[in-house]
Amino acid sequence: MTWIDQLTPLAQFALFSAIKIICVFSVLMFIVAYAVWVERKVSAAIQDRHGPNRVGIFGLLQPAADAVKAFLKEDFTPGHVRKVYFWLAPAIVMIPSLLTVAIIPFGSRLGAQKMVIADLNVGILYTFGIVSLGVYGIVLAGYAANSKYPFLGGIRSTAQMISYEIAMGMSVIPIFLLVGSLNLGQVIEYQTGNVFHWLIFKQPLAFGIFLAAMFAETNRLPFDLPESEQELAGGYNVEYSSIKFALFFMGEYAAMTAASAMMVTLFLGGWTLPIAGLDQPAQTIGIGLLQIGVFLAKMLFVEFMVIWVRWMWPRFRYDQLMDLGWRRFIPLALANIVATAVVLWGVAK
Amino acid sequence: MAQLPDILFYVFAFLTLACGFLVVLNPFSTNPVTSAMFLVLTIGSLAGLFVLLHAFFLAAVQILVYAGAVMVLFLFVIMLLDLPAEERRKVKKAGLVLGLISVGAILTIMLQSLLQSSFSSEAAPTLEGSTIPLGRLLFTQYLLPFEIISVLLLVAMVGVILLSKKDLK
Repeated sequence: MTWIDQLTPLAQFALFSAIKIICVFSVLMFIVAYAVWVERKVSAAIQDRHGPNRVGIFGLLQPAADAVKAFLKEDFTPGHVRKVYFWLAPAIVMIPSLLTVAIIPFGSRLGAQKMVIADLNVGILYTFGIVSLGVYGIVLAGYAANSKYPFLGGIRSTAQMISYEIAMGMSVIPIFLLVGSLNLGQVIEYQTGNVFHWLIFKQPLAFGIFLAAMFAETNRLPFDLPESEQELAGGYNVEYSSIKFALFFMGEYAAMTAASAMMVTLFLGGWTLPIAGLDQPAQTIGIGLLQIGVFLAKMLFVEFMVIWVRWMWPRFRYDQLMDLGWRRFIPLALANIVATAVVLWGVAK
Repeated sequence: MAQLPDILFYVFAFLTLACGFLVVLNPFSTNPVTSAMFLVLTIGSLAGLFVLLHAFFLAAVQILVYAGAVMVLFLFVIMLLDLPAEERRKVKKAGLVLGLISVGAILTIMLQSLLQSSFSSEAAPTLEGSTIPLGRLLFTQYLLPFEIISVLLLVAMVGVILLSKKDLK
């Protein structure tokens, strides 16, 4: 490995970043593909059915079959759509989730490399900036379709995502009051040592609000109003077919994965486990890989919960959604900020 | 040889100017939604310029507030407007003249101040965009302007609530 040491620092940085980006991207796409499979299996189990079981053992090759189907179907562009936006929207849906995972610390270190693509000191603000861009894909899809139901879906999603973004942003402020930094690496460092140092136990209210806002931001049941089938015939994606439709699906699951990763980082201790010294940055490659495994396991667990909820809960009515966001979560989040600040001030005294 | 930040500066500066131009004068479309989307791109490129100045906080807030919230509301309002009427609207002569005068005035002021300022060859002081010093400054040295802006926003909010009340008593 001497040739790596001979490279300039910039070249080394570029090389390792490229490797990390490729790895994270492949893992994310793999998880997205199999999240669909898990979704179908879980829904089948809950509804006492078999779910996909024809392609491969346990239907494990179903994602591949689905991908082939999506690509081979006719890609139909209706005559009345706005073409440019119709083509752009499915791509824009994917971008925010891909950008969010860039700052998630998915492990401590392998050798000398930190296991995070970009270690920003404004980490969480970056995330919220990117998450707030997530609404464009759906709004533009609704607008591009140029027909009633997709448009209503787009308008609904604008209102919903803006409302819950505020609640989400405010719910995490107490965390940064406690940690004293916006850097996600330091948030994880704060949660080491004892399982009760995890912020889910220190800030249960913030956790609850963040959890609900996460469902709303990723358009999952009970907050899937932008695409509620019974009211909008599918919402913003009605006019789409073939791989463009599949991209909306992948975008939804990628957003879910990114949100689960964020949840794990902020509230569930990230890559740490308070046993066997797993909460210290790894000294060996083995421990480093194990910590990446811990992170993935926690993230997949959260994602499984999100899928589970979808098949157990009814959808909110639109007025209930707005009422919950503006009149319950935002005041609660504000109260939580004040309470945390007062307690911290009292402790400092 | 040009360094990477220099190249990126030119890329982002070009993007900012080009997208900004397309916001107001797009030869291909008069659709307000298109203008709004180019404004989003302009804001995004501006954030890129902030990053190059190491003002990460400013860049993140720029995206979060302007691209993520303000522009989404713009889109929301545009979509509820009567779009065909807006697309047919032609540029009026009076508006053109007034616009050119105001742009010319601003340009003159800018050029004058640029000519008067002296450029030293020293490196510009690094704008440290770290959050803690910024917050400290806001609550010590710039406390009064900060609070005045907060009151301004509060007034705007109260005004909106008052306007949206259907039956004023």
